[in-house]
Amino acid sequence: MTVARLAWFAGSLVVGALIILGWQWIADAKLVSPVFLPGPDRAWAALVRGFASGTLEEKLFGTVERMVYGWLLASLVGIALGAVIGISAVARAYLAPMLEFLRPLPASAIIPVAIALLGLSEGMVLAVIAFGALWPMLLATIHGFAAVEPRLYEVSRALGLSRWSVIWKIALPSALPDILSGMRLGLTIALILAVVGEMLASRDGLGLWILLAARSFRAPDLFAGVIVLGLLGFVSAMILTVVEHRLLRWRATR
Amino acid sequence: MPLALVVVAEIAARSSEMTSDTLAAPTDIVLAGIRALGNGTILAATGQTLATALGGLGLGLGIGLVFGILLGIFPIADKLMEFSVEAFRPIPSVALLPIAMLVFGFGYRMEISIVAFGTMWPILILTRAAVAGIEPRLLEVSRVLGLGLLARVFKIVLPAALPRIFVAFRLAAGVALIVAVTVEIAANPLGLGYAIMSAQQSLDPALMFALLVWIGLIGWVLNWGLVWAQGRLFGRAAVVEAAQ
Repeated sequence: MTVARLAWFAGSLVVGALIILGWQWIADAKLVSPVFLPGPDRAWAALVRGFASGTLEEKLFGTVERMVYGWLLASLVGIALGAVIGISAVARAYLAPMLEFLRPLPASAIIPVAIALLGLSEGMVLAVIAFGALWPMLLATIHGFAAVEPRLYEVSRALGLSRWSVIWKIALPSALPDILSGMRLGLTIALILAVVGEMLASRDGLGLWILLAARSFRAPDLFAGVIVLGLLGFVSAMILTVVEHRLLRWRATR
Repeated sequence: MPLALVVVAEIAARSSEMTSDTLAAPTDIVLAGIRALGNGTILAATGQTLATALGGLGLGLGIGLVFGILLGIFPIADKLMEFSVEAFRPIPSVALLPIAMLVFGFGYRMEISIVAFGTMWPILILTRAAVAGIEPRLLEVSRVLGLGLLARVFKIVLPAALPRIFVAFRLAAGVALIVAVTVEIAANPLGLGYAIMSAQQSLDPALMFALLVWIGLIGWVLNWGLVWAQGRLFGRAAVVEAAQ
């Protein structure tokens, strides 16, 4: 982080502040009805109020918990399944067309099916999150395993490694960059599906909260909720970036 | 393999003589699909979904392109906007659903605005990268020729960045369909998402699964068509550019 970069970042912060000022100005001049667009001051007040009384915190934890559990479940299943499919050329040839067909299916389209099977329950929301976040990880893992340098497999055969240690010692590390980018995509999907799931199944969380705020025309609360959701997306992506840097440090920097 | 699964499901459903509110035999699903196709309900719903997805995609494409090109051409603006872009981008598009509901009520406009928001970001980010990655000599040429800003955008920048912009467009088209269906399932009484929701609520699993297959089919055809168009329009250029 050089001085110049810091200066640019400060500049971009100033521009961000100017945008917020512009928002305030539009709200104060009532160019847009205050029912729809509360000023940043009112949204901020709602934010502070929500966190002070603990309600917003509670909703936030509900959403985070749902998102993380669903995402972890999807990661485990996705990587394990992806490894099994990716390691064997036969399984790839059999399953790849079907997976390619399922991939563009919007994950949210599975929600009605999940409701029919599991009802409007916590398990339904988790299942939908896990299902939606599964695809990017599964496909990334398969792709990562398929793209392993063939010589590494030859080396492992020469060393007489077992199938298990081939996966563990060779294929998994070299597929790691693909897997991590799949996990990043999966996390975004998990957040979106957590919000949708809460809205539909009335599970306590940020998604339900902003929906109820909109229905009762509490626009400041609504904007506060959206801001928290944006922050949640931002922070979770940032944590993954840090983890990625840590895990991939052994790779030659490009 | 998928065929074998379908046959197994059929046999299982027939042999157990299942009457269920949640599952249906594959033949029933196909029949329900054909029936719904025949009386036009599926087609009407598909039209609504595609109209909103395309409308939102068009809007998002316009906004994303303009900002992406501007930020790509002027690195200063890019650096100054960095914080604002990074602050708005991670907001999940469905989080805007309640806001759009407040402002527009139910209907096309509300859905289009959300789709536009969802598609705008991938286009903006990838266009910015594509424009910033243009061979600098091309820009030098344009400077030597004394081209104005508009001429530079239309004669140099757009053609050079087009293959990668098309990749962004393809991604965004997938996002548009997903967001449209999601909005319909979550709230908006329109289109395929709503149709599948009401099939579930009226305990008609055959129709529900038929719609699910149909949505998957549309997504697949859309993706396949765009990949084909990409290969057709740009040939190897797209492949090479995308790999960079």
